[in-house]
Amino acid sequence: MKLLMLGWELPPHNSGGLGVACYHMAKALAAKGTDIDFVVPYSAGHKEIDFMTIHSTSRRIPGGKYSLGAYDHMSIDGMRKAQKQYVRHVEKIIQANPKKHEVIHAHDWLTVEAGIRAKELTGAPLIVHIHATEFDRAGGTRGNPLVHEIEEQGLLMADKIIAVSNITKWMIVKRYQIPANKIEVVHNAIDVSSMPEVNQDIETYRYLRWLQDDGYTVVSAVTRFTIQKGLLQLLRGFAKATTRYDKLVLLLVGDGEQRDELIRASAELEIADKVFFTGFVRGRKWRDAYGLSDVFVMSSISEPFGLTALEAAHHSNALIISKQSGVGEVLANILRYDFWDERKLADQIVAVASSSALRDELRNNIGREYARLNWRDVAQSCIQLYDGLRRGVAA
Amino acid sequence: MSQRGIVFYLHVHQPWRLRDYSVFDIASDHHYFANDHLDGSNEAVMQKVAQKSYRPMNALLKKLLDKHPDFKVSLSITGTFIEQAQQWAPDVIESFKELVDTGRVEIVGETYYHSLAFFYSRDEFEHQVEKHAKLIHDVFGVTPTSFRNTELAYNDELGKWAESAGYKAVLAEGWDSVLGWRSPNYPYRPAGTKATSLLLKNYRLSDDIAFRFSNKGWSEWPLKSETYDAWANEATSDAPLLNLFMDYETFGEHQWSDTGVFEFFEEFIGRWHEREGNTFYTVTEAAAALEPVDEVSMPETVTWADSERDLTAWLGNSMQREAMSYLYALESRVMHSGDEQLIYDWRRLTTSDHAYYMCTKWFNDGDVHAYFSPYDSPYDAFIYFLNAIRDLRYRTMIHGVFDG
Repeated sequence: MKLLMLGWELPPHNSGGLGVACYHMAKALAAKGTDIDFVVPYSAGHKEIDFMTIHSTSRRIPGGKYSLGAYDHMSIDGMRKAQKQYVRHVEKIIQANPKKHEVIHAHDWLTVEAGIRAKELTGAPLIVHIHATEFDRAGGTRGNPLVHEIEEQGLLMADKIIAVSNITKWMIVKRYQIPANKIEVVHNAIDVSSMPEVNQDIETYRYLRWLQDDGYTVVSAVTRFTIQKGLLQLLRGFAKATTRYDKLVLLLVGDGEQRDELIRASAELEIADKVFFTGFVRGRKWRDAYGLSDVFVMSSISEPFGLTALEAAHHSNALIISKQSGVGEVLANILRYDFWDERKLADQIVAVASSSALRDELRNNIGREYARLNWRDVAQSCIQLYDGLRRGVAA
Repeated sequence: MSQRGIVFYLHVHQPWRLRDYSVFDIASDHHYFANDHLDGSNEAVMQKVAQKSYRPMNALLKKLLDKHPDFKVSLSITGTFIEQAQQWAPDVIESFKELVDTGRVEIVGETYYHSLAFFYSRDEFEHQVEKHAKLIHDVFGVTPTSFRNTELAYNDELGKWAESAGYKAVLAEGWDSVLGWRSPNYPYRPAGTKATSLLLKNYRLSDDIAFRFSNKGWSEWPLKSETYDAWANEATSDAPLLNLFMDYETFGEHQWSDTGVFEFFEEFIGRWHEREGNTFYTVTEAAAALEPVDEVSMPETVTWADSERDLTAWLGNSMQREAMSYLYALESRVMHSGDEQLIYDWRRLTTSDHAYYMCTKWFNDGDVHAYFSPYDSPYDAFIYFLNAIRDLRYRTMIHGVFDG
């Protein structure tokens, strides 16, 4: 099977979960014998990647260190320019080898124009893989109309759509009027072997460690500080929890346009001394945030999947996940709440902090559960889709 | 052997389910139970199950009792069920009375609150058994002469206790690892007793109805009454007894009416009569009519639940054990408060269903669908229960009762 996969980023040059998901998916597909041409919009070395051919569509240097997000660091004009360049380069790849690709697999709105063009040129079926819609990125509003339009075009032209959760699938059905039977749900997974080691450096968050030794429970969120993530609701829920249980601290790991607003809100709620902002962190500080944390909260208003929850599970955190987060669909041993239900969130935080039995059951059980989600199964689902589409084309 | 009798025993129970009792309710709102009219509340469940199960099944039982003079039934009916039915479905209580008034329906004794008190507090256990017996006498005018513990949780201790309390018979699971080559289709004697019989559930034939009846993946689906009658006769070809024990709600709730379970049952009862010597016993009658053939010892507790037949669905994880130990640790303080509402609330928390809702073992098997609960997850069940415990502590504290 020869696959043209259209992506936007790959680790280590990724700003978020999209690159991680693409990397593991491609790796697992390659392990099953898929020959992959993978396209990225920048030039950079990917020394560790030898299982597929990487094509660069520009000489741009990847990465924006300010943001954890995949693509909100660029202006829309800059983005459009990069996308047009991307399309032209994909045309070249195809012209150089016109009969090669049997399936085109495009990730998110970023690459759908190139996907549509590739479908035109090759006649191969197009799969559009949706990791997030513009509604998710815009926190429930319509978002950028141009982005919306491109996204919609891709959904209409796709022969099959992959959504990373049922939440995303129904978003696509309701907001874009795409027939449900055109959409397959393939949940993301986790590659345990690529996760950072669990053992941590106690020096990284020394003060928090000291509070923990004094009986404090560390509640954390590791995310981009943007409206989609529901962090104001998290802060208010956390503040409510502190009215019933004092020994709580909240560790907010990340950065984003909402940062100042969150700092102000924590002062207004009179919990500023209990809330810790790390800023954007990578490497050891990132790993140790999970390692230190007792309870991980995913407070998203709209989260197509939410890979960080699995990373937190890997570090034996108890998980509290909003019902609006796709990752909750594949996990049983978690606490769930509606992102707006601050009282319920407070209840859950207090309960986990005040009952070691509850905390231990959640941690132990999620520890057994999360590792079942593996990329081999994801690749298998993709291959089944490819085969189905190819048969359809042949017929 | 000329006679073969079926002991048809049904267990009737509804718990007082907790509402989403929040940490913000502690010390300010002492109403733990879901009594408003919302969907999923105790009232809504009672109304629903009354309609689907209690009313049609009692009508069928009455019809069968009228038609077949030797048809007999044994029922255990918990106090928490009777309280709720009296409040929201009094006609159901009346229909149970009509059954008992035929003289061919025995009420089996148990704990009023469907609790696991036997394993935590003998005082409380005995109190709940007495309270149940009194309620049964008040409502039905009869006094139980046989006994079943919650979830058929049985061990040798319980057998001895039942004898000392004067019961003629006690019920348990006919579990292979206990019975070995022996058959559940005979009465036995609990180890170390002289005057009590042990009746053991024939789980294969019971579960054919209770669990498998509507399972389309089952090789015997759809089960016909003649097939089942043949199995029942085969099981008793040289044995005197067939103990069919199951939840009452099997009829109409676990197996819906449209599965044909009512018609199946009616036909089967008719067919069973066709063979000469086939009859029915109540639990106590079976104990009186048939001499135990052997002594059975169960040093470890055996229940009628799950493939393990143990208490792990109730006490298998640390949340469940912690919840129960917190609860029973409050017993003497609650009793010393003298506050009747407080005592009543505490007792309603001893109902085993609360612990069952905290079970995580199906989650770990990845079989979430096997799990029946009014809550989002076992963790939520634990949170509401724990908050109720905290409020109970607060209430004992304001009574100034710090230590029993």
